[in-house]
Amino acid sequence: MATDHTHGHDGHDDHHDHGPPPFFTRWFMSTNHKDIGTLYLLFSLAMLFVGGSMAMVIRAELFQPGLQFVDPHFFNQMTTMHALVMIFGAVMPGFVGFANWMLPLMVGAPDMALPRLNNMSFWVLFMAFVLLLSTLLVGAPAGGWTMYAPLSIQGGLGIDMMIFAVHMMGISSILGAINVIVTCLNMRAPGMTLMKMPMFVWTWLITSFLLIAVMPVLAGAVTMLLTDRNFGTAFFDPAGGGDPVMFQHIFWFFGHPEVYIMILPAFGIISHIIPTFARKPLFGYDSMVFATAGIAFLSFVVWAHHMFTVGMPLSGELFFMYSTMLIAIPTGVKIFNWVATMWRGSMTFETPMLFAVSVVVLFTIGGLSGLMLAIVPADFQYHDTYFVVAHFHYVLFSGAVMAMMGGAYFWLPKWTGHMYNERLGKVHFWLTAIFFNVTFFPQHFLGLAGMPRRIPDYSTQFTEFNQWSSLGAFGLGISQLLFVYIVFACIRGGKQATAEVWENPEGLEWTVPSPAPHHTFETPPRIS
Amino acid sequence: MTTTSNKPLLLKLGIAVVAMFAFGYALVPLYEVFCEITGIGGKTGREDAAVAAVAPVDQSRTITVQFTSTSAVGLPWDFGPITQTVKLHPGEVGDATYFALNRSSRRMVGQAVPSVAPQKAAKYFKKTECFCFRNQPLDSGERKEMPIRFIVDRDLPKDVKTITLSYSFFNADKFADEDKSVSDAVSTTGQIEATN
Repeated sequence: MATDHTHGHDGHDDHHDHGPPPFFTRWFMSTNHKDIGTLYLLFSLAMLFVGGSMAMVIRAELFQPGLQFVDPHFFNQMTTMHALVMIFGAVMPGFVGFANWMLPLMVGAPDMALPRLNNMSFWVLFMAFVLLLSTLLVGAPAGGWTMYAPLSIQGGLGIDMMIFAVHMMGISSILGAINVIVTCLNMRAPGMTLMKMPMFVWTWLITSFLLIAVMPVLAGAVTMLLTDRNFGTAFFDPAGGGDPVMFQHIFWFFGHPEVYIMILPAFGIISHIIPTFARKPLFGYDSMVFATAGIAFLSFVVWAHHMFTVGMPLSGELFFMYSTMLIAIPTGVKIFNWVATMWRGSMTFETPMLFAVSVVVLFTIGGLSGLMLAIVPADFQYHDTYFVVAHFHYVLFSGAVMAMMGGAYFWLPKWTGHMYNERLGKVHFWLTAIFFNVTFFPQHFLGLAGMPRRIPDYSTQFTEFNQWSSLGAFGLGISQLLFVYIVFACIRGGKQATAEVWENPEGLEWTVPSPAPHHTFETPPRIS
Repeated sequence: MTTTSNKPLLLKLGIAVVAMFAFGYALVPLYEVFCEITGIGGKTGREDAAVAAVAPVDQSRTITVQFTSTSAVGLPWDFGPITQTVKLHPGEVGDATYFALNRSSRRMVGQAVPSVAPQKAAKYFKKTECFCFRNQPLDSGERKEMPIRFIVDRDLPKDVKTITLSYSFFNADKFADEDKSVSDAVSTTGQIEATN
């Protein structure tokens, strides 16, 4: 650690205010949590556009029935890659970026506990995506992001590359999670007990345990695929005594906790935004912590609700139906706590608050369609239709992604030292919220009417809703360019932000100047 | 920095990661055992030799056993039941015959995987002789009749009156021990898959 340049300076009091190191050293060899956080956030933003452009291909093809622009195999590659890029490239790294930036500031630590591991997590992730995206040159995976056997055992080189990319993403996530846990447990400022940790820190701590529990299982599942494909094992091949349904069980044992990995940090972010703009402390902090833990625990016993139609016995279906519905209780606790926080608050609606409130509303819609999908007999109708697509975009886009956008507006002044353009921020919010709903709300109706997902063509009766959806998607995609403009304009300049930025916000991050200096909390603050 | 005090925690977390990786693999046998015990999923692959001798016959009811079949993609065989249905009492020994005809231009190895519907009948359906217990090699154009012998357990739930036994035949070229042409078989399979 002593050879590491940032910490090499730590011992010299007269060097405290030194600026960041030169460009290459700063961005390629950095062990500074703020710089690595920035790298993660920019990576996530870039992947949002890579995955988003794939979505544009999908929506262009679906604008009309029949085959217009792309051949069906390429369409399948787009649906598969869109999901992989958005899940592993945009949403997860985005939250890791927030964690890197905010966790040390929130717990009063000088950096993450393991700075060089932190650097490695990012660059392993980066290389994973170089590998994953280069499958587009050799024939990208086209069997869906879920990689179901036996189809994934049959594909070409692209599948093997995807498997190794998933391994690398897994390593990156696990290292990141270990770093978060060690930081939260060992690096808190004196006086900050666990039950005084800010909500975002709590949600990330719990998310990290989920990551450690399930990313290795995913790694195991794709390793089995790899050996089935190349080394003659038969985990999923019935001819050799395997079972393709087993892949689904192992995959969703990872896959369901994974969806909470993608939403719990979002819950954390809006648990900071809402109290700030309602000017009231968060309602029911303790119940928020226990609800988060409850959701995480339940996420391990609901996986088979993704596979109700594989032919499970009735007892199994009932178990997974009830356990799934049980998750609505801790989730409901959170929703009501946010509403109670807003209740009789002195609310103002700056851009972060607009995003946070819309997350509460739209995520609840996604949660309710999730409850509909949990009902076994109904699921046989909805399974693999656009209803499912609508459901998970309501929880993932208007839940996770919009929470991140809200969080970005909320902390941008702290990161850059400048206020973003509030008027443009509000325009960006309304464009995003409206186009999002235009895109995905009609997909509920398409799904209920029976339009299957992952198919490039459809019956003519679905045309009108698909056109709404495509137009909304194009608008949603273009609107995000405005977000990029606002973010970069805010980095380059703008009204000087105060240390507090907002009106009496709670948390240690607001006690350091804006922009947050390269090194903070070298002497830990004391929490009363 | 608190590097030294991080070590015990890092060790625990590292062990947790390795343990969860192993757990992913452990799910495979756990899943098999779970299905075997409960009969979930219609699994009926095992050989039940011992049951045949001791099972008394339940004359009070008659069970209809239907036979059906599928050839999976990658195995160009004609495959189907010669015996369409069998009526028998629980505990009684039943016989049926399937045929397979290799329509490809080369020797291939198939592996049949049985499944029983309704699923709750699976664990009461005992096979004492079945072509699914081992690989079935067929030369090009060769036709083979393959017997099965089975017993429906007396404890079969009363509401089950019809049991359907379904076989899927899969290409097992790459799992066949005695087949010499493994490399050839794999490459041909690859071609078929590539065109899908």
